[in-house]
Amino acid sequence: MAPDDRATAWQRLRRMGAPRVTRANALAGALTLALGFAIATQIQANAQTGLQGLRQDELVRVLDDVTQRSSRLDQQIRELEGQRDRLRSGADSAAAAAAQAQSRLDELSILAGTVAAKGPGIRLTIYDGGSVVRAAHLLDILQELRDAGAEVIQMGHSRIVASSYFADSGSTVSVDGTSLSRPIVVLAIGDPATLSGALKIPGGIVDTVKRLGASSTIEERSVLTIDALHPTSTPRYAAPVPEATTAPSGS
Amino acid sequence: MIPAFGLLVGVVVGLLLHPTVPLWLQPYLPIAVIAALDAVFGGVRSVLDGIFDDKVFVVSFLSNVLVAAFIVYLGDQLGVGSQLSTGVVVVLGVRIFANVAAIRRHLFKA
Repeated sequence: MAPDDRATAWQRLRRMGAPRVTRANALAGALTLALGFAIATQIQANAQTGLQGLRQDELVRVLDDVTQRSSRLDQQIRELEGQRDRLRSGADSAAAAAAQAQSRLDELSILAGTVAAKGPGIRLTIYDGGSVVRAAHLLDILQELRDAGAEVIQMGHSRIVASSYFADSGSTVSVDGTSLSRPIVVLAIGDPATLSGALKIPGGIVDTVKRLGASSTIEERSVLTIDALHPTSTPRYAAPVPEATTAPSGS
Repeated sequence: MIPAFGLLVGVVVGLLLHPTVPLWLQPYLPIAVIAALDAVFGGVRSVLDGIFDDKVFVVSFLSNVLVAAFIVYLGDQLGVGSQLSTGVVVVLGVRIFANVAAIRRHLFKA
């Protein structure tokens, strides 16, 4: 092909555009066909980017990114786990405080005589037939039982608490204003052997009662239920000094 | 005319066939495409200069593709594959721009 000096660029382009079947031209066509195919292929392969298309250093970078991300997430996991543990232990200590408060409530309720109680103990019965046993003797019995570690005591139908009192009224004896019926029955919860030993001690209650001309029996029981209750009364004048008498908190 | 037609047919066939690039070819195909594009633009320019020769075009096309692929291969072996690929793309891009500018000057006198 001879270069045409006067031909404009457009004319040259048009002339080249005319199909000329030569071996080289066909080869060029095949090459450009391959090029178009390669372009389309590469664009599609790039569109569906997978890790397999990446170079080694790009893969290393991706791996670094993933590693950093996973370590960040690990740290987050640790923080959240710590938070969870703190919350859980907080709940635990709240539960412990509640349990402590409950046991204190039980203890105080038993002391105040507002709930029934059961446990091992003794049953002391005194047959005096009349008015031999006076208030002073009942007080002795109570002291003796308390010394021996009695935790809950009932005399007749009255629960003995801190404010209980005994009074002689004529021929009978009253406990907290309720006259004591005969025979006198005293129930006490505590170690049965210790309680009965304390009562039977020479010169003790049993001896005293015998000297007064009355008789007494002591039964040791493995399970004794005391269900006489002391009515609660709100103090009219006294107020607790720490304003709120809640159970000591465990946390 | 036949090369332009071939380019178009190639694109259409590639879009229709959805071929997958074999693994060993993946690093070289993009660079080879750029190199071939450079050869194509060079060919168009030489047409406009009036010095186009089919044989020269075919040889430059093939040598461009092979040299580009070889450079990338060498770069991968040396551990500077991505940098060298970037360099090749920059050089070829500059050449393509130069060729396109020459073509534009021929066709539009501007």
